[in-house]
Amino acid sequence: MLPADLLLRSYRLASLTRAVDERLWVLSRQGRAGFVLTARGHEVAQVLSALALRVGSDSAWLYYRDLGVGLTLGVTPYEIFLGALAKAGDPHSGGRQLTAHFSSRELRIGSVSSAVAAHVPHAVGAAYAARVLGEDSVAVCWFGDGASSEGATHEAMNIAAVHRLPVVFICENNGYAISVPESMQMAAPVSKRAAGYGMPGTTLDGTDADAVYDAAVAVVERARTGHGPSLLELCVPRLVPHSSQDDDRYRSDADRAAAAARDPLTRLRARLVDEGVADTVALDAEDEMLREQVRAQADRALAAPDPEPARARRWMYAGDDR
Amino acid sequence: MTAVTMVEAIRDALAEEMARDPTVVVLGEDVGRKGGVFKATEGLLERFGPLRVLDTPVAEVGIAGVAIGAAMMGLRPVAEFQFADYLHPAYDQIVNQAATMRWRSVGTWGVPAVFRAPFGAVAGGGIYHSQSPEAAYCHVPGLKVVAPAIPSDAKGLLKSAVRDDDPVVFFEHKRNYRTVREDVGDDLVPIGVARIDRPGRDLTLVTYGGGVHLAREAAATLAGEGLDVEIVDLRTLAPFDREAVARSVQRTGRLLVLHEANTTMGFGAEVAAFAAEQLFTDLDAPIRRLGAADSHPSYNAVEQAATLPGADALTRALRSLAAF
Repeated sequence: MLPADLLLRSYRLASLTRAVDERLWVLSRQGRAGFVLTARGHEVAQVLSALALRVGSDSAWLYYRDLGVGLTLGVTPYEIFLGALAKAGDPHSGGRQLTAHFSSRELRIGSVSSAVAAHVPHAVGAAYAARVLGEDSVAVCWFGDGASSEGATHEAMNIAAVHRLPVVFICENNGYAISVPESMQMAAPVSKRAAGYGMPGTTLDGTDADAVYDAAVAVVERARTGHGPSLLELCVPRLVPHSSQDDDRYRSDADRAAAAARDPLTRLRARLVDEGVADTVALDAEDEMLREQVRAQADRALAAPDPEPARARRWMYAGDDR
Repeated sequence: MTAVTMVEAIRDALAEEMARDPTVVVLGEDVGRKGGVFKATEGLLERFGPLRVLDTPVAEVGIAGVAIGAAMMGLRPVAEFQFADYLHPAYDQIVNQAATMRWRSVGTWGVPAVFRAPFGAVAGGGIYHSQSPEAAYCHVPGLKVVAPAIPSDAKGLLKSAVRDDDPVVFFEHKRNYRTVREDVGDDLVPIGVARIDRPGRDLTLVTYGGGVHLAREAAATLAGEGLDVEIVDLRTLAPFDREAVARSVQRTGRLLVLHEANTTMGFGAEVAAFAAEQLFTDLDAPIRRLGAADSHPSYNAVEQAATLPGADALTRALRSLAAF
């Protein structure tokens, strides 16, 4: 059972993730932000797994849906809005990449790629580097069920397992690769593949905060102590379309309703209330304040400057940054 | 100094860089126990151990991707691909990932990795051991592309590539591996600087990799006919040394670009376009390109010879260019 302070911290981060996500959609619908990639339904899985890392020491390899991972590791809402609005001051990509494509040397977050699964071998490379350099850091890699079908994922997992590298693979399985349902992506659960590589694999309910946190801590520790890689499959509901440019018409009403009933934020909140960690009135007030703060950060980002055209080719090669 | 072949020079470069810098590692299929299919990494495993000389499964996407992630996290990996023909699976990693990393992270992350690949045709290699895909990589901003022709350049450029903070695709012509011996020192050769392989007055022949040796043959033949060919070995294709090409063409007024890759959209097109745009008034004759036919490298020797540019075709092309 997670202690009260960790539960509360997790809820705040998950709630912040939701608030930022919702604001991003508003900005997109207003025509201000472009493409929005959503974390809705993944929040608890993302936050609780990210809490297992030593920030700044362990390397983090995210995919574009990992808003909650980024916020947990220390990315700020203001930075996220700067990115979504393609502003010059976005520290992650200077507004060059789509929303939530994080990159931070300080937080050791590798640059997110829109090309699914491309980062999975990078995480393995980071784990290899840690081994060569004698660091006790772990590389943690998040990806979706869609990315699990890519060849890069297979090659990366195999190399990691053969060399027993300190890396953790976390699949956030929301049941869809855009419109293609899990049943048409794979004939066996993602986690079953781990056995084929010779590493442990587990499927968990990604809305269960305790289960996610305990499992993430265990596999990160396992990697750190030289026992090699692991694969966690966190099953989460997809509460909204794939992105702001997608619609959900390929899903049935029943499917959408079933997903909504599994909203991880509702579940975590109920737990806080049931266990007396917080009461509804206090949480409501806190959430409202959070939404206001997030909106203020978005407004602040809206006023930030765009890049100069002359910047377009900067940072192509080393030495181009001055 | 002792005379070494190009493959020995490459091996020496790797060993020297690994001895100098503990973050330099070598990875790829067969690089350890076997010492590489062309023996370019022979002896490294014994000297530097299995962690820094990493034998990998047959997984080109994984090899490239692991090299990229490791480079981001402080290593200087040299990834070996057994043949340039097998770079294609890794194209996504090199082009979409390595080449874009610095730009897309506004300078936060760099990828100081080298992707080594033997290229070009030798007898009987067939379609999957003979290709020359270098132009595709030259088209990609963010990459550097190197193709040495002689041992000293291979060593000096590989050492520079290892020390470079950006991704370098390093093409080694297989025919050059053991056909030329040369005294080789410890000098670095800078990336992006061409070398005059043979000075001449009458014609400029721009080439690289395997083409340099074909060019030497043709130049020797034509010297007997009173035609003095200048051979410009580009050595680096991206960025290529435009000034060196310009200096030569301004003196000779005639330009032929030779490469083994097929002509259409080959690297010669870029050199020709540069000359047409910037050196138009220096030219006394139309720019010529000589490359392979738009075909595939055949296992059959007759077909291979029929498609690749040979010494006869080159001397004929140079004669007609001189006579224009």
